[in-house]
Amino acid sequence: MRTVESGRVRPVQPRENYLSAGDTVSSWLLTTDHKRIGLLYLASILFFFAIAAAAAALMRIELITPKGDLVASETYNKLFTVHGVLMVWFFLIPSIPAVLGNFVIPLMIGARDVAFPKLNLLSWYLFIAGGALAVYSIVRGGVDTGWTFYTPYSSTFSQTHVISMAAGIFVAGFSSIITGMNFLITIQKMRAPGLTWFRLPLFIWSMFATSMILVLATPVLAITLALMSLERIWGIGIFDPKLGGDPILFQHLFWFYSHPAVYIMILPGMGVVSEVIACFSKKQIFGYHFVAFSSLAIAVIGFLVWGHHMFVSSQSLYAGVVFSFLSFLVAVPSAIKVFNWTATLYKGSISFETPMLYVLGFIGLFTVGGLTGLFLAALGVDVHVTDTYFVVAHFHYIMVGGMVTAFMGGLHFWWPKMTGRLYPERLGQLAALITFIGFNLTFFPQFILGYLGMPRRYHAYPDEFQVYNVLSSAGASILGVGYLLPLIYLVWSLRHGKRAEENPWQATGLEWQTSSPPPVHNFEETPIVTEQAYHYPPLGEEEEHA
Amino acid sequence: MSFPFFPAQASSSAEQVDHLFFGLLALSGLVLLIVFAPMIFFLFKYRRGMRVNRRLRSSSAVRLEIIWTAVSLLLSTGLFAWGAKVYLDLERPPAGGLEIHVIGKQWMWKAQHAEGNREINELHVPAGQTVRLILATEDVIHSFYLPAFRIKQDAVPGRYTQEWFLAKKPGTYHLFCAEYCGAKHSQMIGRIVVMPPAEYENWLKNGQPAESLARGGERLFRELDCSGCHMGSTVVRSPRLEGIYGKPAPLANGQFQVANEQYLRDSILLPQAQIAAGYEPLMPTFKGRVSEEELVQLIAYIKSLGDQRAP
Repeated sequence: MRTVESGRVRPVQPRENYLSAGDTVSSWLLTTDHKRIGLLYLASILFFFAIAAAAAALMRIELITPKGDLVASETYNKLFTVHGVLMVWFFLIPSIPAVLGNFVIPLMIGARDVAFPKLNLLSWYLFIAGGALAVYSIVRGGVDTGWTFYTPYSSTFSQTHVISMAAGIFVAGFSSIITGMNFLITIQKMRAPGLTWFRLPLFIWSMFATSMILVLATPVLAITLALMSLERIWGIGIFDPKLGGDPILFQHLFWFYSHPAVYIMILPGMGVVSEVIACFSKKQIFGYHFVAFSSLAIAVIGFLVWGHHMFVSSQSLYAGVVFSFLSFLVAVPSAIKVFNWTATLYKGSISFETPMLYVLGFIGLFTVGGLTGLFLAALGVDVHVTDTYFVVAHFHYIMVGGMVTAFMGGLHFWWPKMTGRLYPERLGQLAALITFIGFNLTFFPQFILGYLGMPRRYHAYPDEFQVYNVLSSAGASILGVGYLLPLIYLVWSLRHGKRAEENPWQATGLEWQTSSPPPVHNFEETPIVTEQAYHYPPLGEEEEHA
Repeated sequence: MSFPFFPAQASSSAEQVDHLFFGLLALSGLVLLIVFAPMIFFLFKYRRGMRVNRRLRSSSAVRLEIIWTAVSLLLSTGLFAWGAKVYLDLERPPAGGLEIHVIGKQWMWKAQHAEGNREINELHVPAGQTVRLILATEDVIHSFYLPAFRIKQDAVPGRYTQEWFLAKKPGTYHLFCAEYCGAKHSQMIGRIVVMPPAEYENWLKNGQPAESLARGGERLFRELDCSGCHMGSTVVRSPRLEGIYGKPAPLANGQFQVANEQYLRDSILLPQAQIAAGYEPLMPTFKGRVSEEELVQLIAYIKSLGDQRAP
């Protein structure tokens, strides 16, 4: 935007870019271009988001009154299952990694593509196949196990389409594994000359840590769901004690994946925050090394905290104590990041375009989510609030307040690069503000509900909880507006937005040194890196007398 | 529409949990202040276009990093220790007190008092007395949650779990199932009625139970022919059961296992799992032959045998 205002008019780019390189259906469906694959993912995850959001809307309407009067309890149970499954596996996990990661990782490291472009396309097809299975099981009548699939309910008792849903997640899991592997190898082997590890943008560090988790944790989920299905189909006793199994074993296996998965759903967001906050304060990130290594610390310690989901499950008390300690420990690297982001603002030249507003929102909401995580890690309080709305509020602060907000921030930040168009700035800022207000009104009351004792996954509830549920539903409708608005103006901008310069934010980073949208092979010539990341010119006199 | 803000504190541990909660709340407030006061100040002071000095002095970032890492680590450890202390108090019942068996099933809670009183989706307990609940389930996982007492425990198929409380204030409080258990999960609710001890005694008597748990167990013990091996003069092939409860039982593999409710349960349902030292593994399983409720009676009977034996 600034460059446009400053009057550096460039001729319309004559070169072919990755969007103009072909507009047939097969040029999209058979593409191996990481940028196009990123956009394929974007369209796919928005489709799943829409279904999952509709499920959430129905639940919030149901919960306005204490009686279960809008839908039957069986339907309600299917709604929260659909919401959870689609949001976690078909929106959040691929959101920043598969959309933004796919698009910007090769650009950021000065590569022509990812290491294995064909595998990258395969990964999208697996994702779509998994998604199709999930949609199939919804259309056939849905699943009512909750996204957690706890046994023996899922393996023996549920009468719904558990197998096809589990198969969908199983298949989509391979998409995660392949994408993670592709990113790890791309980042290891394909960095431009001179781009050493400590010159990498922090988004790359966080994507590296995320990919480690994707590759190491997802197979455990696949195994767990496969075992559950074996028990359900053939009655092979693994989890059901009637068949000689152990239901707690399922929880250990499930959370061994699903807690690290929470970090798959936040680390990429943290990467976006570092990029955006540096760009809109025009400063090097404070404590670069600490922010980079804290991503790895989170990825590693994150593997050792799964038992904190099981403090009242009859797991050994002493195991609980150890898991609690490790959970407190994992809070430290997150705190380090927040402190460093704050310190980055010090003596910066701060402007408040839409990506920055989203990122500031992220820091606020993530901090609240993180702090309430301490309440849950604290054993004595967890016994009371686990499986209540306190937990629901907590993880929505992390996953929606954190990850979705960061995704929106990142999408706006890289939108000019992805599409070659600028989105309308004022509307963007307005949407960021509406989202922030709507989000807090939706989820803050749920903390109080949880401490009052309202259990999660309740279709009907005692009258005294109504006032907070009404507030929450009101907030959800505002939040809905906050998400619809960007959808409208971003689509509008594809045709009518102002054309974007190659570097509308005056950002550092290789992705901003090629045209917008980038050519098919990203760079005309391989860039050579000689500077650290975020090498913004020193602020001082010129700004002082600006 | 009422506007409740804080749950009732009806048990001895409620206050302890709430103190920890307020401690965490205070720390959170402090952290929010430490992070957001400077952040908002910076956002205002250093916004683009403001004429301020932006030249950075070369100061040691590492020192700052070490300070805030160390402080976070210290606070985390402190809170962890406090939380663990409260947890161990919540989870480890004091000796003695009342024992009540609770069995969850889709979608109700069934309680059995030692005197033989039974109730569904209600639990009457005396105030001022330690109560230990022994939880079981007939089908899926449920969770026995009493918000006013700040306690919750999953009932897990295939095992006994326990939770305990000391109710302080007579009154009626919510009982919820907190672990999702299927279609009518949100209807698996009830109430816990805390009564003054004398009233509780009356309530037990007025219930006119047919037989106490232990008496019912004794009847089953004969009907299932447990007595054929474990009773009287023929006790050669099998261990005597008198006084076995609560003591370490020697096992064939050389280990010892305290004969708690779980051990007795497993010995009836999975007799081959832990063989008593010195005996042949002859006992057949009673899996599928006794219900959870009968199991409770049998165990109550075996426990009562300890009381009869002369020291």
